[in-house]
Amino acid sequence: MTQHIALTDQTADGTKKPDAAVVRDALGVGVAVGLSGFAFGVTSAGSGLGLLQTCALSLLVFTGASQFALVGALAAGGNPFTAAAGAFFLGVRNAFYGLRLSQVLALPRALRPLAAQWVIDETTAVTLAQPTRRAARIGFTVTGLSLYALWNLTTLLGALGAEAIGDTRAWGLDAAGPAVFLALLAPMLKTATERAVAGLAVLLGLGLLPVLPAGVPVLMAALAAPLALVAESRRGGRAGGDATDDPPGPDARRAPRGTGGTSGAEEGR
Amino acid sequence: MNIWIAIIGTAVGCYAVKLAGLLVPAHAVERPYVRRLAALLPVALLAALTAEQTFADGAVLMLDARAAGLGTAAVALLLRAPFLLVVAAAVVVTAGLRAIGG
Repeated sequence: MTQHIALTDQTADGTKKPDAAVVRDALGVGVAVGLSGFAFGVTSAGSGLGLLQTCALSLLVFTGASQFALVGALAAGGNPFTAAAGAFFLGVRNAFYGLRLSQVLALPRALRPLAAQWVIDETTAVTLAQPTRRAARIGFTVTGLSLYALWNLTTLLGALGAEAIGDTRAWGLDAAGPAVFLALLAPMLKTATERAVAGLAVLLGLGLLPVLPAGVPVLMAALAAPLALVAESRRGGRAGGDATDDPPGPDARRAPRGTGGTSGAEEGR
Repeated sequence: MNIWIAIIGTAVGCYAVKLAGLLVPAHAVERPYVRRLAALLPVALLAALTAEQTFADGAVLMLDARAAGLGTAAVALLLRAPFLLVVAAAVVVTAGLRAIGG
């Protein structure tokens, strides 16, 4: 039952969800986010990347924040290795999504290399919101398929249109990247620790910008995460409680403890 | 050539971590510290990226129409606007301010 609640994530109504409703939800997310590939295509082409390079990013990387980060770092004159490192670190969260999804979807091993490319923020959000494994599989597939198809199509259109659009700054398209990042970031800022991490990262990123080579300040800002964890465990240690061992936070929702590793996937079906 | 190196490196790295998540047994990364760090790392990176792409031009800090665009996006988020509308609002406000102010 705990597993069941974790899967449905507050929207649990206990009843079976019709397939059509799952498809509708999945398409809503897939289409809305898929269309923003246009902003990526324009941004990437405006940053000096070629049509083939822009499309390769959407086809092969397919995780929006990493793509915007890479293009932004390259446009700012960052060297390819720091630019790729920043984009990669941003993609690491997908590993933790995959961990959770593999329990929920229980995919055959042969399918996993194919499904892997679709493991991103949006497919995870839709999949984990479903009450049953069948609904989860439908949600994952429909979100993944519609988002991948549309994201790549609109990337191509955006890259092709970038020249016709002309100066992307005049059209305000350089504000699309940060707006996307903010939209992804906002739901993560639930507790004081997360807000402290975000604030410290902003200070580090902007403060180091004038003195370090392009791309490096963002990597240094990532240090805000371990720093906050150290501070948190210090505080917890002084309080003397078990707070260090089991801190409350949004990840407790994503991967509930106590359900155990082995039986977790079988429960709540 | 440099750009292709960055693209291939990012593509390989990002695919590898996605696949690793699906293949690795759950208990391997169940340690609370690892999970916490994985949850906080994107927060730090997204916050720093948002700030730099809003307030930086190369290695110089500056305040321009992008800040107003981002502020609009923040308001749209508080009003629970859909993803696409949040991005569109930021773009429209930024473009509008530049059109007025030149």
